[in-house]
Amino acid sequence: MSRDRGRETRFGLLSRYAVSTGSTATRDERKEEAKGRRVSQGALRRLGLIPLLALAGCQHAVLNPAGDVALQQRNLIYASTGLMLIIIVPVLILIVLFAWRYRKGNRDATYDPKFDHSTSLELVIWSAPLLIIIALGALTWSSTHLLDPFRPLDRVAAGKPIDKKQVPMLVQVVAMDWKWLFIYPEQGIATVNELVLPVDRQVRFDITSTNMMNSFYAPTLAGMVYAMPGMRSTLHAVLNKPGEFEGFSANYSGAGFSDMRFKLRGVDAAGFARFVSDAKASGRSLSTPAYLQLERPSEKVPAIRFAAFQPGLFDKVYNRCVRPGTPCMSDVMMRDQRAGGGDPHDMRVGSGMPQGRDTAEPPRGTKPKGALFKDADEIAPAPNVTKERKPGAPGSTQPDSPRNRDMSFLLPTVPGIARTARG
Amino acid sequence: MSTHSMTADGAAPGFYVIDEEEHHGPGASTSLGFWIYLMSDALIFATLFATYGVLSTSYAGGPAPRQIFELPLVAVNTAMLLLSSITFGMAAIAADEERPGATRLWLGITALFGAAFVGIELYEFASLIAEGATPQRSAFLSGFFALVGTHGLHVLCGLIWIGVMLVQMSLHGLNADNRRRLMCLGMFWHLLDVVWIGVFTFVYLLGVLR
Amino acid sequence: MIDPSLLKTIFGRLSFESFPIHEPILLVTFAGVVVMGSALLFAVTKYRLWGWLWREWFTSVDHKKIGIMYMILGIIMLLRGFADAVMMRLQQAIAFGGSDGYLNAHHYDQVFTAHGTIMIFFVAIPLVVGLINYVMPLQIGARDVAFPFLNNLSFWLTVAGALLVMVSLFVGEFSRAGWLNYVPVSNLQNSPDTGPDYYLWALQIAGVGTTLSAINMVTTIIKMRAPGMTMMKMPVFCWTALCSNVLAVAIFPILTAAFALLMLDRYVGTNFFTNDLGGNPMMYWNLVWIWGHPEVYVLVLPVFGIFSEITSTFSGKRLFGYSSMVYATVVITILSFLVWLHHFFTMGSGASVNSFFGIATMVISIPTGAKIFNWLFTMYRGQIRFELPMMWTVAFLLTFTVGGMTGVLLAVPPADFVLHNSLFLVAHFHNVIIGGVVFGLFAGMYYWFPKAFGFRLDPFWGKVSFWGWVIGYWVAWTPIYIVGLMGTTRRVRHFEDPTLQPFFIVAAIGVGIIAIGILAFLIQIAVSIRNREALRDTTGDPWDGRTLEWSTSSPPPAYNFAFTPVIHDLDAWYDMKSRGHERPAGGYRPIHMPRNTGTGVILSGLALVLGFAMVWYIWWLAVLSFVALIAVTIGHTFNYNRDYYIPADEVAEAERASLAAAGA
Repeated sequence: MSRDRGRETRFGLLSRYAVSTGSTATRDERKEEAKGRRVSQGALRRLGLIPLLALAGCQHAVLNPAGDVALQQRNLIYASTGLMLIIIVPVLILIVLFAWRYRKGNRDATYDPKFDHSTSLELVIWSAPLLIIIALGALTWSSTHLLDPFRPLDRVAAGKPIDKKQVPMLVQVVAMDWKWLFIYPEQGIATVNELVLPVDRQVRFDITSTNMMNSFYAPTLAGMVYAMPGMRSTLHAVLNKPGEFEGFSANYSGAGFSDMRFKLRGVDAAGFARFVSDAKASGRSLSTPAYLQLERPSEKVPAIRFAAFQPGLFDKVYNRCVRPGTPCMSDVMMRDQRAGGGDPHDMRVGSGMPQGRDTAEPPRGTKPKGALFKDADEIAPAPNVTKERKPGAPGSTQPDSPRNRDMSFLLPTVPGIARTARG
Repeated sequence: MSTHSMTADGAAPGFYVIDEEEHHGPGASTSLGFWIYLMSDALIFATLFATYGVLSTSYAGGPAPRQIFELPLVAVNTAMLLLSSITFGMAAIAADEERPGATRLWLGITALFGAAFVGIELYEFASLIAEGATPQRSAFLSGFFALVGTHGLHVLCGLIWIGVMLVQMSLHGLNADNRRRLMCLGMFWHLLDVVWIGVFTFVYLLGVLR
Repeated sequence: MIDPSLLKTIFGRLSFESFPIHEPILLVTFAGVVVMGSALLFAVTKYRLWGWLWREWFTSVDHKKIGIMYMILGIIMLLRGFADAVMMRLQQAIAFGGSDGYLNAHHYDQVFTAHGTIMIFFVAIPLVVGLINYVMPLQIGARDVAFPFLNNLSFWLTVAGALLVMVSLFVGEFSRAGWLNYVPVSNLQNSPDTGPDYYLWALQIAGVGTTLSAINMVTTIIKMRAPGMTMMKMPVFCWTALCSNVLAVAIFPILTAAFALLMLDRYVGTNFFTNDLGGNPMMYWNLVWIWGHPEVYVLVLPVFGIFSEITSTFSGKRLFGYSSMVYATVVITILSFLVWLHHFFTMGSGASVNSFFGIATMVISIPTGAKIFNWLFTMYRGQIRFELPMMWTVAFLLTFTVGGMTGVLLAVPPADFVLHNSLFLVAHFHNVIIGGVVFGLFAGMYYWFPKAFGFRLDPFWGKVSFWGWVIGYWVAWTPIYIVGLMGTTRRVRHFEDPTLQPFFIVAAIGVGIIAIGILAFLIQIAVSIRNREALRDTTGDPWDGRTLEWSTSSPPPAYNFAFTPVIHDLDAWYDMKSRGHERPAGGYRPIHMPRNTGTGVILSGLALVLGFAMVWYIWWLAVLSFVALIAVTIGHTFNYNRDYYIPADEVAEAERASLAAAGA
């Protein structure tokens, strides 16, 4: 690995380090960052002895987030941990104390084998945890409602209420095998593996997936939300600090999962306008064929920007009907509701669907046959492929080979775009 | 069950049961154990019912219950199973009255009704599949075939069990073991009846009404 | 040249390419297994042990021998599961800054899937079931379980499942879909290989075994308690065993049904969990977690029981708050059904649903907390002997309390939004499963080993093992907690942030320390067998125990008790001792016992063949083994000759021998 790339990895991934390399970082922030690194290194040395100190010292995304939602979630972690420590610490001390004091060798301690019941003590040991849980339960109820990802935000940051007139900016997130597609419907652009957000602006994410269950997670921004095929989930969040941060899929989704990462970039309003015009200038369009190509499994995909995408793309993605001719789930379900099922004499999947979407194929092409219905010559052998993948994918000679998925070779060929995928 | 203890006079509590006989009949544990098994089986059905409930409107553009269920046929089928439960009851009464011949006869009639039930169900499945309403067509049909098919498989197991029971009764008559087995078989058979009432109501009747 | 479609008819999708001859790690493992396996087979043949093994062990319906066999199975599978853990820790310690590590995604994904599957289904369950099998009938004064044959069958079905998982190591591949085989990864479309099929068949076969065993144990506890032992005079371990097995009966059918539906999806092409045609993948998640969360309590409740027995014995006191302990157990049992949704708060169920399940989860910590206090106050004013079982208990109390706290933290939905699927979560459940279940199982093994074999385990190596495990646990998992709090998630194969690497290296060192603990445990068993005469216990009551299992000789005779004990008080054996108990020396009667049978082994062997044939699409073999399975089952019901009597003079002789040994 070259020295340069080492630097890139080192500085490209951690929020604090990223800030220090970014042009927007101020002198103060750099100082703070250096301090943070010192603390965390000191904490490293003490590791194993005093883990809690290490926690206090570390400067990473969950405990030092750049988004207000993540910040509130972190504060909640602190508050609930504190609440629980009220009872946990005495218990831990009592365990050690009793174990030591009542050891057999200690002749000073009272031995009372008859002591096996005490109503008042029982009352205490049931009510003490109960009281903590009542407090924690109240905290849970209110915070869960307050931080519900479906709920629009009240504030941009502590003491900065949201501008009620401004609607949240919409970003549509599509988890693909194994990369992220971000659609900016208001700006008319789309990106792969790169999420650029204006700071202090409320964003609403609509999230879906093409095939696997993934989880959309940028720890510095807000908690994770599942991205599910055929479903749309929602997350409201705001990023408060400019800089470069990490995002990824937090739910295992198959072979390319570990490389399913994206860059989250916080920029000011001018920077955001620049990003949009850059994307527009790229000239690439996410047409239907381009989308279908993109949707196929691939790994280590570099960041790509698209100047345009076909209208209503996100709706078609989560209704699973981007491919021309396939029926949309919403149409199917509406018809199921209204007509009470399809035509009993026409069992085709697309029967009765709108013109052009009434194919015989299920939404995502022919389904594999159940194993029991395969003829002998339809049975594919199941080789053991646990071996190392060799460089040099077979390409069109073996179109299904997993080695074809590795898209890292694209890195140098996509001009003018930050390297997102790991090289 | 005798729990005479070491000191028969009862002055101090004794340590052991001295003059021991069987301190529990063999049937007592079996019936409880079989009950628990039946409850676990009922949970499998509960899961299948829940699954069906979730998927019951996911026709995926395919047929809905109203279009494919033939209530008269299902009603006949239900009658078969209910009648088989009654005849099983007759078999149990005959066994209580120590009439092995009559027990076998009633069991045989029960098996006939059960076989008719399975036959009608197979006919129903075959005609659905011939129409194209296969379990692969939609989630609703998957759930339907799984739930009704699992019940049918249970009835088939019951039929095999009745067959085995008939052979065993002709070999050993109504001895204690066979009596116990007959009781378990009865519980099994009646449970299938109860489950079928659920299937008939929730799958067929509600499906057609929907 | 043979017609390929004929070959496929005969061998299904099995071919030469299915064997991992290109994978050095697997080849070396395979060579090791072959060498050790042949050595074992050779030794068994040389010393003419086959007949003895078959007659005395494999076909045995004695709950004690079945219990011991479960323990052996669990320990062997622990080695396999731990090897997977070592591989993962090594991979994560080196795969930094552009390095791919030494495992590719295909291999790594199998390793973490196999680790979780094996540790829960083939380590934790067999060990817990094994201890319950061995101890519970003795504690309630019974001579065997309610259905001895079923017990043997349950064990061998579990073995068949474990074997199928092991076969997947060398023939084909194991699942890559995580330990719960999540859809859509495990759908036919996304995983057309053998992996999910191995997983499904192994767990279905083993799951039937677990369900049958649970039915057996519940019936035994309800029906076969010795006279005088009312429910509220039952040892706490039996209470927890009862609750654990009631839970198992209630949840395993759900898992069986969920797996069966996934099998239908894969074999028939139905649409239960598919993305299209109306299928619902989330339903699979719900079903497996309705099983999954109570399963935690299936494992941990008996362990709570073990700790209760040990704390009370080694503190020389009756358990503090027996009835509150029992109520706490029952409350946990019921509540465990109301919390499964906390495994996917982030799926978007809405705030009120999430809060409900979050608070329900927290409520479980109240009875659990009460239990911790009960153990605490059992120690209070006791005379604690720090023998190995008690050392494990104190380590458990300290470790588990922390694990409980992080668990409650994860139950707060907004906190879970940032900690879900993170290594913090992984550290939490290892905290409760190692710190709770594993520590408890070791405590239990040390506690009851002298009962099962008549000699204690060597204390020196036991202490090495203890410290290896406890220190190793904290060194391995503290850094994982920390990186979890930094936002690192689970199942990731390589990392980019180099500042994380030290944490993973420390974690790998921790696993090395645990390895010392495991090695010391194995050495300890060998050393103890060699020094068994010096470690011998002739009294049958080496720890000054309080419950009935200590009233009989060690190891107990096949019939457990020459006379059925009569119970007058909680801590029955302590009560008998304090009233000047003496073992009766005469007046024996013939004892009615179940007869051994090989049917369980045969049925499980056929189930294994059926599973293998279905995994590889070898339909003819599947049909054949299935028909044989039914035929053997029916054939077994024609065997009416299932019991025999141990003659009174044989009982008298055995009792005289053990009385003489105790007197000597």
